[in-house]
Amino acid sequence: MAHVRLEVKNLSVSFSTFAGKVHAVRGVSFSLCDGETLAIVGESGSGKTVTCRSVMRLLAKNASIDSGEILLDGTDLLRLSEREMRQVRGNEVAMVFQDPMTSLDPTMKIGRQIEEAVTLHRKVGRREARSRMLELLRLVGIEDPERRSRQYPHEFSGGQRQRIVIATALACSPKVLIADEPTTALDVTMQAQIIDLLKDLQRKVSTSVIFITHDLGVVANVADRVAVMYAGKIVEIGLADEIFYDPRHPYTWGLLHAMPTLDTHMPSLYTIPGSPPTLTEPVPEGDAFAPRNAYALAVDEKYEPPFFKVSDTHYAATWLLDPRAPKAVLPEILAKRRREYLERRKRNAG
Amino acid sequence: MKNRWLRFLGRRLLYMALTLWIIVTITFLLMSFLPGTPYNNQDKLTAAQLQVLNQKYGLNQPVWQRYLTYLNNILHGDFGISLQFSDQKVTTLLGNRVGVSMQLGIQAAVFGTVVGIVLGTIAAMKHNTWIDTFCSLFAIVGRSAPNFVVAVLLQFVFAVTLGVLPIGLWNEGFRSTVLPTLALSISPMADSARFIRTEMLEVLNSDYIEFARAKGMSELHLVVFHGLRNALIPLITILGPITVSLMTGSLVVENIFAVPGIGEQFTKSVLTNDYYTIMAMTILFSALLVVVIFLTDILYQIIDPRVRIGGDRS
Repeated sequence: MAHVRLEVKNLSVSFSTFAGKVHAVRGVSFSLCDGETLAIVGESGSGKTVTCRSVMRLLAKNASIDSGEILLDGTDLLRLSEREMRQVRGNEVAMVFQDPMTSLDPTMKIGRQIEEAVTLHRKVGRREARSRMLELLRLVGIEDPERRSRQYPHEFSGGQRQRIVIATALACSPKVLIADEPTTALDVTMQAQIIDLLKDLQRKVSTSVIFITHDLGVVANVADRVAVMYAGKIVEIGLADEIFYDPRHPYTWGLLHAMPTLDTHMPSLYTIPGSPPTLTEPVPEGDAFAPRNAYALAVDEKYEPPFFKVSDTHYAATWLLDPRAPKAVLPEILAKRRREYLERRKRNAG
Repeated sequence: MKNRWLRFLGRRLLYMALTLWIIVTITFLLMSFLPGTPYNNQDKLTAAQLQVLNQKYGLNQPVWQRYLTYLNNILHGDFGISLQFSDQKVTTLLGNRVGVSMQLGIQAAVFGTVVGIVLGTIAAMKHNTWIDTFCSLFAIVGRSAPNFVVAVLLQFVFAVTLGVLPIGLWNEGFRSTVLPTLALSISPMADSARFIRTEMLEVLNSDYIEFARAKGMSELHLVVFHGLRNALIPLITILGPITVSLMTGSLVVENIFAVPGIGEQFTKSVLTNDYYTIMAMTILFSALLVVVIFLTDILYQIIDPRVRIGGDRS
């Protein structure tokens, strides 16, 4: 088993708002191994961004972390002082934001913005910082870095800016890189390039990556493991193959069912009925997904499902996995995909 | 790049000259409609006497002819003589006073905006705390309290009660400038504090600040290196006119402190139909404004790379 880099244990985060206390993250646990890419998927408001911002301790002022531990190589980040935390940000854990058009300071040359990330954590001279900056620009594929480092953000395209943002995040070779929907604001061709770049870089610099997205197509491309979040909780987590071909949670079924594939020949795409619950106090009891779930059982109304183990790497929180539960019938597309997957696995094993 | 700068400069200088010419023309024409004469005993003068005087000062000519003569004169640097003090040239009359007003104005503008920027920044950093409330309160009071009230208050505290600074006049060098400068600086201070607070709040909420925070930067570092520069850009626009109006003197403040500045001269010249002084004052004020606006644009080029002249226009 690879070394565990980051471990989030039972994290709960809430926001105080005028409408009351909102429980955005409710007991999230996961771990991230060395050099691994974990994708966190879910609808808007499912708590994926809040979870990752908690790791950076960059939450809005009205947020509070109610419980949990965030262990980076065994150190609980939640116990660090603000000053100690600043040494972690950008140095051991770095983050790439969603919109590259607004992530860079418009009045500062991009070279300096990258150098800044270096000199904040490394005691190096100007010249050294500069050569590191040029190296980073080359690494992310910005051509003619000498000249371009003296330009301002408005002189770059969206894709190039995201490359610069990634270069900045990698400045101190962080142990963990959090990419919060890094391709959402880009057009499709750019998305593919940025994803290839991230995969390529991960091999070169060997950092662990948490990839937040709501695009399952992107997930299939980058992730080793996938965590599916719903209403502030992880509802299913497993290896990418397990999530894509052998999903166990009805919400994951819904997500996959709603994703178009090359052999989709339906006149319209499937959508999960209803919308996610608001997590304002009091949070409804039972399974938060039950009202939208065609497979919901009576027990879902009252009791939240615990995690059931599917395999050593695969867990899902649904009562359907309880031995007493009736057998659910998968949507045909998913069932077919699962059969093919199981056959392939059998062949490979045999 | 260099070429583009030259072309920019050339075009701007031409526009500036054009603007000034239009202002001179309009003012000259409007002034010719002013009732009365520049002579302070005009009621006792007979028609014949008036004519003699008008002839002496060239005021009997038609307006267009006077206008052309005047234009020709100022192009040769001759701004005429003051009609209030018949032996004094307008340039000497104003020259002695312009320096005083400008010194006060610049001191007040610099002091006021610097303190205002600091106050506004602190207020934004401590958003929604008592510090923020205090700064905002100060800005509202500073904006609404007339500067003569502030001036008298300053005199009372520092000159009368504490006795540390002169109450007025212009004979103790820098010490004489302190109180009038303070009185003048209250309003730009309040303005820029309010302005910077609003801008800074917006900037501090932007993605690039959050990204810089994610690099591990401290709040102070953030504000100084990324916040201020971005928050200052819009302030530059209002800074120019503030400075000019301060430089051309405040009649009230100069009067209260008995400072021999330009402000007093401005009203006096209008009241006495002192045509050439009015013209010179107008030209001075407009020239300053035009130059300051020009400098503001240059400053924009320096501080905001997006409006740079030499830059790519892609």
